[in-house]
Order: sequence, then C-alpha cells, then structure tokens
Amino acid sequence: MSAEPARTRLSLGRLATWDVGVVIVTVLTIVVAAGAVEHFGTTRNFGFLVLDLAPILLLALPMTLIIVTGEIDLSVASMVGLTSSLMGVLWNNGVPLETIMPVCVLVGAVLGAVNGFLVTGLGLPSLAVTIGTLALYRGLSFVLLGNTAVADFPRDHTAWAIGSIGESWLPNVVIPIVALVAVFVVVLHATPIGRSVYAAGANPTAAAFSGIAVGRLKFWLYVTSGTVAGLVGVFWTLRFSSARADNADGLELTVVAAVLLGGVSIFGGRGTLPGVVAGVVLLASLQNALRLADVSTEALTVVTGSLLIVSVLAPNLTSAIRSAAHRRRRPRPPDEPMHLLSPKRERTAS
Amino acid sequence: MSLLSPPAEEQSQTRTGSSRLDAVLRFRELGLVLALVALVAVTTSANSRFLSQQSIRDVLLATAITLLLACGMTMVVLTKGIDLSVGSVLGLSAFGTATLLSEYPSLPWPVAGLVGVALGAACGAVNGVVIAYGRVPALVATLGTLYVFRGIVYFWAGGSRVNAGDLPRDFLDFGTGRLLGVPYLFLIGVLVVLVVGQYLGRYRGGRDLYAIGSSEDAARLAGVAINRRLLQVYVASGALAGLGGVLHAARYGTVDASAGSGLELNVVAAVVVGGVAIFGGSGTVYGAALGALLLTVINNALPVLGIDQFWQRAIVGALIIAAIALDRLVAVRVGRSLRRKDSHVG
Repeated sequence: MSAEPARTRLSLGRLATWDVGVVIVTVLTIVVAAGAVEHFGTTRNFGFLVLDLAPILLLALPMTLIIVTGEIDLSVASMVGLTSSLMGVLWNNGVPLETIMPVCVLVGAVLGAVNGFLVTGLGLPSLAVTIGTLALYRGLSFVLLGNTAVADFPRDHTAWAIGSIGESWLPNVVIPIVALVAVFVVVLHATPIGRSVYAAGANPTAAAFSGIAVGRLKFWLYVTSGTVAGLVGVFWTLRFSSARADNADGLELTVVAAVLLGGVSIFGGRGTLPGVVAGVVLLASLQNALRLADVSTEALTVVTGSLLIVSVLAPNLTSAIRSAAHRRRRPRPPDEPMHLLSPKRERTAS
Repeated sequence: MSLLSPPAEEQSQTRTGSSRLDAVLRFRELGLVLALVALVAVTTSANSRFLSQQSIRDVLLATAITLLLACGMTMVVLTKGIDLSVGSVLGLSAFGTATLLSEYPSLPWPVAGLVGVALGAACGAVNGVVIAYGRVPALVATLGTLYVFRGIVYFWAGGSRVNAGDLPRDFLDFGTGRLLGVPYLFLIGVLVVLVVGQYLGRYRGGRDLYAIGSSEDAARLAGVAINRRLLQVYVASGALAGLGGVLHAARYGTVDASAGSGLELNVVAAVVVGGVAIFGGSGTVYGAALGALLLTVINNALPVLGIDQFWQRAIVGALIIAAIALDRLVAVRVGRSLRRKDSHVG
C-alpha cells in the first residue's frame, strides 16, 4: 500500500463532503427501503437490523483506527471464529460461562497481540501478516471444533443476546455498542492518542520525529482489534446459540468495505468514525432490505464487493478528473525533466 | 529505449546487493528442496506407500493447478501487488467451461478451454483496469472482485452443478490422461512455469515487472509504461486462473459454484514460501513452483502421518508468516552486512 501524496492535498474539503454524502445516502436508503420493501420499516425488523450490524460495527471501530494508521487487519473474522470455537470447546468441557466469556475476550487480545508483534516487532507488512493469520486462526478454529457445532448454551444467556431493552424494540446489544462507539469516537477525535493515530498514518517518519511511538501505538491497536473480535465472538456464539468453526467466515470483507465506504482512506491518515458508523448502517440496511426483497445472498456478495471497490475508485476518479481539468487550464510540455523536481504532480497526472 | 530497462534493473539490484541476494535466493530454493526431501523421507518411513506411483501421481495432479495460479501470482506480487481473486476466477472459468461443454457436447473441448481462458483474462482485465487506471490498491480491488466473481458464479449456477456424465469423454480423458506416466495437467503446469520463468528472466516485459516492484518511481523515470504493464500482469494472472479452471473441470468432472474457494490462500502461501518477496521486486517463479509442490506434499503427507486434516489451513497460515518473517530477517542481515562493507570501502 503505497502512500499517495497527491491525494492528501485535496483531503480536507473532500473529506467533509464524502462523510456528509454517506450519511445522506444512508438516510435515503432507509427511507426508500421503508417505503418500497415490505416489512423493512417495522420495529421488529429494525431490531434484527441492529443485531445484524452489531458485529460489523464493533469490528469496524478498531479497523478504522488501524486503517487510518496505514495498516490493515484481515484476520478479524478468523479471530471471531476462533474465539467462538474456543467458547464451544470450553463449554463442552464443563467450564462455566462466567469464566468462558472473559477467557475468550482475553484470548482475542492475545491473538491481536500476535498480529501486533509480527507487524510492529518484526516489521512485517500487515497485509501479508494478517492474510497469514486469517488462514492460521481459521485453521486453528477448525482444529478445535472440526465440523461439529456446539449449540447447548444456557437459555438465559442466549436470550440476553437477542433480547430487547425492557419493552422497547432496541436490542440489549445497543448498550455495549453505544458505549464502545462513544469510547472510540472520544479517543480518535478528542485525545492525543487519536491525533497520533492520524499522524502515524499521514506520515510515519514525521510522526516518529514528533515523539510518537508509532510501533507501540500500532501494537495496541492490534490488541484492541483482537479484544473486540473476542467480544464479537462471544456475542456471535450467543446470538445464534451455536459455536461453529466457520462462524463469521468472510466477514472481514464487509468490515473493510464498511470502513472504506465510510470515507476512510486505505492509504491512511484520514477518515472519521461518524462516517464509518454511517457506512456500516448503510451496508447493513442495504443487505437487510435486499434480503427482505428476496434478492439472493449471492447478489448481496456482489453488491458488497462492488461497493468496496467503488468506495476507493470513486474518490480516485474525481481527483483524477479534477487534476485533468486543472492541467487543461495550464498545459505543460509533456516530456520535461520537471518530473524530477515535482514527483507529486507527476503522480496525479498518470 | 530497450537499453534503458536492464540498467534500471541492475541499479536496483546493486542497491540490495546483487550477488548476495542471488545467493540468498538460491539458498531459499535449495532450502525448499531439502525441506521437500526431508518431508518425503519422514512420511515414507511412516508409510512406504507414500512413494507409490499412485501417490506421486496424486501429488503431481494436485500441484498442477496451483502451479498455474502461482505463476500468475508471482508476476503480480513482483510488482508489489496481490491478486486475491484467483480462486473465484478459477471457479468462474471452471463452471463456465463445464456448462459450455455440457450444453454443446459437439463443441471440440479445446475451443471451450479457450473460452474458459478468455473468461479468466476478462476477469483479470477488470482487476487490471481498476488497479492500474483506477489507482485502487490491489488488495482492495481483488478482495472486492474475490466476492464479486464468486457471487456471479453462485448466481449463474443457482444451486445446480455440472456432473462428469454431462461432459464429453475426451475432455475427461484429457484430465486424467498421462504421458509416460506423468499427468498431462502437470506437464502443462511445468510448461507454464518454464515459459513464465523465461519471460521474467530474459524479456523486457518481465524485467519491467521487477523494476516496477523495486521502485515504481524509478521505473517510471526509466521509461517503463507502468499502467500498461500492470494491466498485462493482471490479465495474465486472470488468464492463468482461467486455464486453471479449465484443468479443474477436466480433472474433477463435477463442477459446482464453490470450485476453487479459498484457493487464493494456498497460492499466496506457495508464492511467499517460494521466496517471492511480498514487498515486490524479488523472487522467481521456480521458487514459487517449489513452494506449491511443498504445500501439496504437506497436504498429502498429513493423513499419512496421522495428523488431522483440519490442521492443513493452520499450517498454510503458519507457513505464510514464517516465510515472510524469514525474508525479513535475511533482508535485515544482508542490509547490515552491506552497510559494513560500504563503510569499510569508504
């Protein structure tokens, strides 16, 4: 993932419009779906919608911070699967659920720490590392549970996972979600830690020279990602009251798609959490509405995959068109050694 | 103009220490061969039938398709890219070829095979355009198309599948046929490895890929048409995955929409284990081929050694990490010793 210096120059103005745009599109999607798709606008369906988007939203929070620092974590779905399998195995061995849940979250943190160590301790590219751990953690998950499923979790716990707050339609998970979103928003947008996350992504060298321990920061972000994945693993298992090795298989695509859709740059350095939350809601309501409209799940993966590409392609195209218009106004001779002096301009031109 | 490319390459090599790096790479290939020999020896001592003709043929057949995809992936990774969509492209091409042959049984199968390859190349062209001209990082683009292409196959198949009985006899015979005891599919794989190896080693287009991966800016200044090269690389990777799909259909006969699911991880593992640097610019297709062979042998050795088949995926993941960690350590060592040499000279 090479940094694209040309693009960051245009950032501030475009950032705001992209964020606002996503929010508008999200609201429009929900309104249109409520009008056009039967059962979409019911409170019952909104309850399911929240349950469906909970894992994506929770995983998207640390993923946003990681992508803003210019790294990536493709192993999140596998960490969810592994903690889910672990939960099943421990339950089969008679460990009480009160012990299992913190253990799973802790194991998630350890899995994240492994990623973090490989990326920051050994200096390996995060893309390759997390493709490796994507396979490794999913593999270990199958080693633990094989093709079997553990489904006999106690009713009161599984009921909590799908239950609602009091008489309202809001599921219980809303409470931890709101709490975690609040914590992440405050940390990223209102603390020095958040500023250093942006600094590390925008220019790691400059960040290091300004006294930011970039490596340590990234390490703890990976630990956070693992911890949240552990939480999601527990939630996923209780929600479907089923621990399976292939739980959440492929979810990393949806998470990355939602984050990029929310206006986070894959090159690091920019993006906001409100945008990401809007991106998650947009993706989840789109999937929910299409499913209600009897569109096949295959079409859903096509839509998700396309959105992922478009969310990176669209800003690139607009900036290319802009710079093309800019060049037309002030034409340059095509073959000059100017390139040597201003590599930035050369980049945009291509 | 043709003079420009080799110097650019030499330059980038002297920077990293050409002879030393070559030595390291050769060391990697030697190491892979040793690991292979050791693994085969251990497995054979556990069960002598592991070296039986049938078992060897199984390994060669299973390696054949990974070889093709590993060639494409090597080219892509050399340019600092990645192609995660190969498994889905293989599935699309396999299902397309099989459907075509089952609906038009009179069609000669090589024609259907060409259609499969073209289908793969078209998928690759989508990747290439988005990556080279849309400036979308290869990871994002191919992660997206991994799901898009797979979704299209599922959509197309709609739960149905093509059975071996629906396919022409001569196509299936080709899939299981042998020349002097060696399966045709493996021969095709080896042929592709040799062709791609020659291309990467001796032709301008191939050297350009190393130049792009070493330093895109330097390559551009040296006059490499980067966008065109990138497009070509992804089309090539797609076409090879398409060919892989045709061979998959010929070998298994029964093709459903899930053909080749998750294969991309094995291919990335083969390439990385084979010493192709994930940072781009270094590695050979021969190393990748050895990596593919090693992975298949591990896969086939697991049941013989009495290890649960479920370990296979975990081992793939561990190998990827071990390989890039090893590369990193070697690079740090080489860099340090070069610096020492430089300071001595200076």
